[in-house]
Formats: sequence, C-alpha cells, structure tokens
Amino acid sequence: MADEHNANGDENNRRDFLYLTTGAFAAIGAANIAWPLIHQMNPDASVKALASIEVDLAAIETGQSITVTWRGKPVFIRRRTEGEIVDARSVAESDMPDPENDIDRVQKDEWLVMVGICTHLGCVPLGQAGDFNGWFCPCHGSHYDTSGRIRKGPAPKNLEIPSYEFVGDSRIKIG
Amino acid sequence: MSGESTYNPRSGFAKWMDSRLPILRLAHDSFVDYPTPKNLNYWWTFGGILTFCLVTQIITGIILAMHYTPHVDFAFNSVEHIMRNVNYGWLIRYIHSNGASMFFLAVYIHIFRGLYYGSYKAPREVLWILGVIIYLLMMAAAFMGYVLPWGQMSLWGATVITNLFGAIPVVGESVAIWLWGGYSIDNPTLNRFFSLHYLIPFLIMGVVILHIWALHVPGNNNPVGISVKSKQDTVPFHPYYTVKDGFALTVFLILFAYFIFFAPNVLGHADNYIQANPLVTPAHIVPEWYLLPFYAILRAVPDKLGGVALMFGAIFILFLLPWLDTSKVRSARYRPLFRQFYALLVLDCLLLGYLGAQPAEGIYIVLARIGTIYYFAHFLVVLPVLGIVEKPKAVPESISEPVLGAQPAE
Repeated sequence: MADEHNANGDENNRRDFLYLTTGAFAAIGAANIAWPLIHQMNPDASVKALASIEVDLAAIETGQSITVTWRGKPVFIRRRTEGEIVDARSVAESDMPDPENDIDRVQKDEWLVMVGICTHLGCVPLGQAGDFNGWFCPCHGSHYDTSGRIRKGPAPKNLEIPSYEFVGDSRIKIG
Repeated sequence: MSGESTYNPRSGFAKWMDSRLPILRLAHDSFVDYPTPKNLNYWWTFGGILTFCLVTQIITGIILAMHYTPHVDFAFNSVEHIMRNVNYGWLIRYIHSNGASMFFLAVYIHIFRGLYYGSYKAPREVLWILGVIIYLLMMAAAFMGYVLPWGQMSLWGATVITNLFGAIPVVGESVAIWLWGGYSIDNPTLNRFFSLHYLIPFLIMGVVILHIWALHVPGNNNPVGISVKSKQDTVPFHPYYTVKDGFALTVFLILFAYFIFFAPNVLGHADNYIQANPLVTPAHIVPEWYLLPFYAILRAVPDKLGGVALMFGAIFILFLLPWLDTSKVRSARYRPLFRQFYALLVLDCLLLGYLGAQPAEGIYIVLARIGTIYYFAHFLVVLPVLGIVEKPKAVPESISEPVLGAQPAE
C-alpha cells in the first residue's frame, strides 16, 4: 500500500495506528464497563460478613456429632471414638482415590471438622453410614471413611476441611 | 420469500399503513397466502402448538410474578398463597407448571420430526441451529423456573446442576460462587434465577422470530423431503394449514387439560412440597422428566468432568448434525437403513430417560453406559457412514407424484 501512495505512505501508517489505538481503547473501555455488571453477581458484603463463626464444643460427648451452618453450608463436627481414629490411621494409600493422612486432616485427634458437602455434586452425606462407617452420600452413592476421605463412589475428592482454629480448649472459630 | 407479494390492501387505513410500515403485508405473506407444501402431515402441526405453549407460559408467568415473592423466607409460602388465596391462582399455577411439560413434549416431537424427515439438511442448517438454541434456552428457563417454588427438589436440583460448573478445571469453583452469589445456593441465587427466568422467554420469542424467518426463506420441508418445484405443489397457508394446525392444537389441549384438571402433580415430585432445607438432602434427587436422558448420561460416566462434558456434548452435537449426516436424501421414507437406526435412537432416548429416574447402581449404570455410547455413535459414526453405504429407494419426481401417480409420458 505504501508503494502505491508514495507521497502519503506515512499517512497510511498513521491511520493504521489510529485505528488500532482507537479500537484498543474502546475494548478496554467496554471491559471496564462490563466488569461491574459481572462482579455484582459475586458474594456481596453482607454475605462475606457472615464468613466466619465460633462454635462451642463443650457439650459434645465422644461419639457424638453436631452440624453447624457456615456460609450457608453444613459443617460436620465429630468427636471421634478411639476405634474411629485407629480405623482412619490404618488405611493403605492404595485404597484411597485421593490419598491423604488422617493426621493432616485434624488439629486434635478426636475432633474432626469438615464441610458436609459431597465433593461429587454437592449433596449432604449421611453420618455413620456407608461401607466404611463414616459418611455416605445418598445421591450418587459415594462412601467416605471415618476421616471423611472418599473411598468408593463417584466423588473425586475427600470432604473439604475448612480453615479453623481452636480459640480455647473447647471452642473453635471456623473461617 | 420466493415469489411476489400477493397482498392487496383494500381499506383506506390498510393502504395508508402499507406505505409507511408494511406489517400487514408481512403478516399476509407469512401466514395467509404463504405457499406451503400440500402434503404436510400432522407431525408438522407442532410448530404452531409450540408457539401456543410459549405464549401460554409468558401470560401465566407474568400473572404468577404478580403474586410470587423471590426471597428464601417467603418464596415457598407465596406459592402456597397463590394456590390457596389468589383467585384462580391454583389454575394459573397448574397451567404454568404443566405447561412446561407440555412445551417439552411438543418440542421433542418437533425435534424428532425434523430428525426423521431430514429437515436439518441444506438449505435449512441455520433454521435447525436456531431451533437447537431455542431448545437450550428452554432448558435454562425450565431449570430456573423449577427452583422458584423453593422446595426440596428446587434447592437440591439446583445444587447438583450448579455444581456441574464446578467440574470445569481451574476456574470451576469461582464460576460456581459467582453463579450463587455466595458460598452455596441461597437468597442471592433465588433472586437472580427469578430475574433470568423472567428474561429468557422473551429471548426465546426473539429466536423464534428468527426461526420462522429462516423457515420462510427456503420454505417448509415436507414428508417426501423434496423441494417444491411448482405452484401445483403448494397450497396457501390460510385456510388449509390454519385449520389443520387449529385442529391439532385442540387435540393437544385435551391432553393439556387432562393434566391440569385431573393429574396436576403427576409430572412433578412430591419432595417439592417440602420447604427447602440446606442441611438435609432428599434420598433420591431426580430432575424433571424432560431432562432425565441427560441426567442418565451424566451419571453413566465414572468421572465428574467426563460426565459433565458428555452431558453438554449430547446437546452440542446437535449443532453439528447438518454436517454429520452425509446422505443427500432428506426423508427417511426413502432411507430403509436409516429408518431402523432412527427407531433405535428413539428407543435409546426413551431408555436413557427411564434410567435417569433410577438409582445410579448395578445394572442401571451398565445400561446407561450402553445407551450413552449408542447416542454418540448414532451421530458420530452411523449417520456419516450410512450416507455412503446406504442405497436409497427411488425418490419421486415431485411432491404431487406419489399422490396423483406418475404422469404418463406423452
């Protein structure tokens, strides 16, 4: 093109540059306008404000579980028996689709804290059920063991451990 | 559309309007004197029936929105309020909820009509693709609508479906949180689903207009699958097909009315009359009947991402259908082998629908895998190969010939 219009070859280059920069600015502008329209659907301030809770564990006896709601999801808190802890620690790695040591899943041996949502498609598993005496999801048949690890069925991962900390001997803060 | 417009404005107002906005001319050329193949059978009446279904859903939906409250604390009770307190609320809600099922029943017949008579083949590829887009929008609208009563199936069905997006590698979890507007299905989710459920029918209406436009460029396909050759092959749309469509619609409405008045909850699930509870999952989650085949495909795959990919693939493969079918002959009437595979596909879809409602275990999983494999094989293997190896029967010269007999040679 520059050959055909020797006199204003520079002019053409300048025009190309103007087209490109104008287009680029329009695209950036459009993206900036689109972002608030997209981001408004993400969790809002009131949802985030409820993002952490404290739970008192004093009333839970060995072998009992409670379910609390955290971020709209059920969280299972179980005070495990000796037998359950032994079971959870005597599993061969080859028997676990998502291998993880029980010791890495708890902060204190008897307290198991985890999000009670099946990692397959989000149902709530039933406690002390299934082939491994842990949790069993009735929706699509996933079996979890006494450490909440997936052992059998379609779920790809172990039950999620939320971030939590002990804020006293028998109090935890989740989130 | 091919051919000159035959519209002839008679009244003064019609003449005045015609030179300003020729909308009456458009209506006349599209729905009155529109040349239509004269051999269309009753399988061709479902386009009109579907238009009726869409309009019914929009009218009853707008009315329901006047009485419904999209909030987790009030939604369930507001639906009961509609059922018990609102004048004729029960009728309007039952029309709307059963109307969704009737809409899908009609659309499945309409789709399988197209599959049988090769209505997706050139020059109707765009018409077909627009139809698949309408079908996708219908599924989105139906899914979100089912969430609004905020019963147990609403919540847990929505949980399972939105978790499908969580299977997307890397960004899956962020996408799910974005869809929910929180960390699980909750009030923000219900609110946006209500907003989108109100929007989608109007999008469908827009695509339907494009669908009819794309239909009126090449004109209707027909049971013999050959193109219109002369004016002898057609009749005007009105009164011939307005009357035929009207009769078919009346018969269809008998079935519709049966469900509304005698079995209004037969197609739903009893668990949806229990208010949503995020801490208790129902023992057995099933989607509405019209989504069951896809649910069976989802559960047939032992891998989460694989199951999700195949389920969406089962729908998206329909977009490619015009290019996967290599046969030049449109109508199955002249394709003896295709007819048998077509019957197999119909049975396969019914089988998958049945399996989607069964627990995912034992023999049901095995059958669902076989059904899934055949579904994909039908489109990816059978149709491309059949066009090459099949020897079609002799196709008639014109639309009139099979009726009037071949004209004797002079």
